Amino acid sequence: MPILEIKNLTHTYGVGTPFRRSAVEDVSFAVEQGEFLGLIGHTGSGKSTLIQHFNGLLRPTGGQVLLEGKDIWAEPKKIRAIRFQVGLVFQYPEYQLFEETVYKDISFGPKNQGKTGDALDHAVREAARLVGLRDEQLEKSPFELSGGQKRRVALAGVLAMEPKVLVLDEPTAGLDPAGRENLMANIREYHRNKGTTVILVSHSMDEIARNADRVLVLKAARILMSGTPAEVFARAEELLSAGLDVPQITRVAMALRNRGVPIDPAVYTVEALEKQLLALKRGGAPC
Amino acid sequence: MSEMIQTESLRFAYPADEGRKPVYALRGVDIAIEKGSFVVILGHNGSGKSTLAKTFNAVLLPAGGKVWVEGMDTLDQNLLLAVRQRVGMVFQNPDNQIVANVVEEDVAFAPENLGVPPEEIRRRVDDALKAVGMDEFVTHAPHLLSGGQKQRIAIAGVIAMEPACIVLDEATAMLDPMGRREVLSTVHRLNREKGVTVVLITHHMNEAEDADRVLVMHDGRVDLDGTPEEVFSQVARLRHLGLTVPDTVDLLDRLRQAGWDVPLDALGAEDCAAAVAGALKKG
Repeated sequence: MPILEIKNLTHTYGVGTPFRRSAVEDVSFAVEQGEFLGLIGHTGSGKSTLIQHFNGLLRPTGGQVLLEGKDIWAEPKKIRAIRFQVGLVFQYPEYQLFEETVYKDISFGPKNQGKTGDALDHAVREAARLVGLRDEQLEKSPFELSGGQKRRVALAGVLAMEPKVLVLDEPTAGLDPAGRENLMANIREYHRNKGTTVILVSHSMDEIARNADRVLVLKAARILMSGTPAEVFARAEELLSAGLDVPQITRVAMALRNRGVPIDPAVYTVEALEKQLLALKRGGAPC
Repeated sequence: MSEMIQTESLRFAYPADEGRKPVYALRGVDIAIEKGSFVVILGHNGSGKSTLAKTFNAVLLPAGGKVWVEGMDTLDQNLLLAVRQRVGMVFQNPDNQIVANVVEEDVAFAPENLGVPPEEIRRRVDDALKAVGMDEFVTHAPHLLSGGQKQRIAIAGVIAMEPACIVLDEATAMLDPMGRREVLSTVHRLNREKGVTVVLITHHMNEAEDADRVLVMHDGRVDLDGTPEEVFSQVARLRHLGLTVPDTVDLLDRLRQAGWDVPLDALGAEDCAAAVAGALKKG
């Protein structure tokens, strides 16, 4: 049974007004336990509307959201419990920090979950450790920290609730290259060690290419493509005509094919392209 | 005089907490930015690149050394307004720089404050919106526009001042790939067609590919300075500075280490493919 299943989901804004518009239309897919799913689509494709359904912030105007096989809206009064199970980290989450100390800020979620005493302390420290915050930083004001560190605090606040599904909306936007790589390494490690399902929304094709097991591409409220990164990026021309980017290496591979160099369309990383080129040079068949 | 901006032993420190020593964000920067050029400044967080940019229009004043804008010393209080009219800034968050409820009023804000006559304001606003490709949106409400469109309005607001130089401080960081392309093509066009000097500060290495010159800041100083090709071929140095190199350069670097005869400075996908295909044919 998939951990999260979206069935024929439709969300229409402004029903009964002249501004009626479907941001998500008849979208269906399933996410397996422990999967790392990438979600791509440019601004206005319906990504943000879609992910706000995963933990019941928005209620579908049509279709269902199933968490572990159960419709999350079966009992609307219990929707709060769903929010602890599906953790949503918004864009620029550092703007949502509010407490006096980092420790208090991280503990807000688990405290509301009903955790107290040692269990609460453990959850906070474990989450802080996962995002690479040091013990002495826990007593600081979150507002004294750098942008990248603030973002870690906000992420830890969600991890401390130990969600079954972690949804990240552009977690690395605005960070420098080293900051981006560090944060993604933390998320990968968390995913690997805890086996938590991760859904990553990103504009960066390179980030999706490096991290996701499977990629969903949204366009104009619908799913345009779904598959492994290799399958999706092999359809580079389609992605480009949909106004999306492709990894830079995919562009190089395309340009090489145009020059008659037989590069496998599924190649999208530097390592894979290097390997194929070295094999070609040796006169061997591309692997 | 062909220098737009020139600095000499420029130092700057942010005020420290009581009892602590101030930390210098700039520790001696000597650069000259030529009029009409397109310069990209790279560097990791805390390298001093944004601080440097803010000294270019006297948002920040040197704690040591000098900054000249078209020969005007930014430390001279009497020249402050003149300096700020010559160099316009665009910041990261589009929502923090829009002041009016209608696009044309927002763009008119600076010229109104400069006391430009009304007919002249009309002309400048129309021209500025045309220059950023937003002339259809004259009477729109800015908050209903996309991020890329809002940044273009912010740029139009700067252009309406008719500055000689525009400094963009991570102005594309919060935009999606399409918004980023819109903003970049806008500033490249302004640079090409109107001869506006552009200083672009960014974390995105690929935005530096088409620049005339790339400066890499590290620890408050200029660490690398040259054409994009010269700078990006310093693979080891860039990595040491906590920056990544474009994937094209990474690939070429790996192939060179495997003994291939390819240049390191083929930044674009097409150039890179041409270089690789050429090396393959040679056998």
